[in-house]
Amino acid sequence: MTTATATTAALARFRERLLPAYFLGGVLFGVVLTKGELASWFRIQEALRFKGPYLYEVFASALAVATPAFTWLKRHRVRSLAGEVIAIPPKALGGGRRYVYGGLIFGLGWAFVGACPGPLFALIGAGVGVMAVACLAAVAGTWVYGYLRPRLPH
Amino acid sequence: MIGELLHRPWPWYVTGPLLGLVAVGLLLLGNKPFGISSNLRHLCAACLPGDLAYFKYDWRRAGLWNLVFVAGVVAGGFVGGVLLENPHPVALTSQAQASLVALGIHDFSGLVPRELFNWHVLLSVRGLLMVVGGGFLIGFGTAYAGGCTSGHGISGLADLQLPSLLAVVSFFAAGAAASFLLLPLLIP
Repeated sequence: MTTATATTAALARFRERLLPAYFLGGVLFGVVLTKGELASWFRIQEALRFKGPYLYEVFASALAVATPAFTWLKRHRVRSLAGEVIAIPPKALGGGRRYVYGGLIFGLGWAFVGACPGPLFALIGAGVGVMAVACLAAVAGTWVYGYLRPRLPH
Repeated sequence: MIGELLHRPWPWYVTGPLLGLVAVGLLLLGNKPFGISSNLRHLCAACLPGDLAYFKYDWRRAGLWNLVFVAGVVAGGFVGGVLLENPHPVALTSQAQASLVALGIHDFSGLVPRELFNWHVLLSVRGLLMVVGGGFLIGFGTAYAGGCTSGHGISGLADLQLPSLLAVVSFFAAGAAASFLLLPLLIP
């Protein structure tokens, strides 16, 4: 019992030591979003209007890296630096309606703002202050979803 | 010379693979699923959980790492968008450029059109619809769908999950329709 508690405490301390690494990972992602123009309203509209391949090339090449890597990590039961066996929790399909309805609603907002959640945060850092308002509105939207959730089809 | 190189935007074959590596890196670090919209839920759980089951969980345990990650994204946005700002207008395809000019966009510098995204637009109905309405739909839709462009579009698709494919097809379809049909109504 005490050893288990001690191990949990040690693991918790190790997890906290990883926080700076997550911060740096976020910095890298933020730079990728801005220098890679994924946070560019213009690039998003270019893609949504099917007027250029840029965003599709980015997604395809990201998946070309991530898909084989995920498969390999899972097949070899690789452990993370924190010690757990890497496992990606599957999303329950259910009736699938939540993915379609939720996706459609998100898509509308995506086109209006020209940014998805990652770029929203990156644009605040990039000095587009008004995006903080869009971000707060997004938090409010998530809250209202939490409120209506029992009544929505999933 | 090096300074000029650092300010240049990255080509897709640099951006895409690095994006994939961020998702792989989070798994390797702490078995964390790459996804940004969960943070909107963590923020609700931390600040105003109300009495809602959806927000009753240990957000520190589940999401502190991700909130720290997103703080990094804001800092990274400053590095990439301010310190290494691209001084030139975005190099869109000529078709894209023509299509946005037809929408009424004239200034192609920066990451967003300054004429559409500034504090003054919040005083107009169109601006409110675009910024506040759009933000609200993003938050509602991603929570409903259980993920956004990163969680479904990168993590979910890379893990070959059917729900993510459904979500991605849906948000691209709605995004395209809204860009063609609704955006012209929102831009003065």
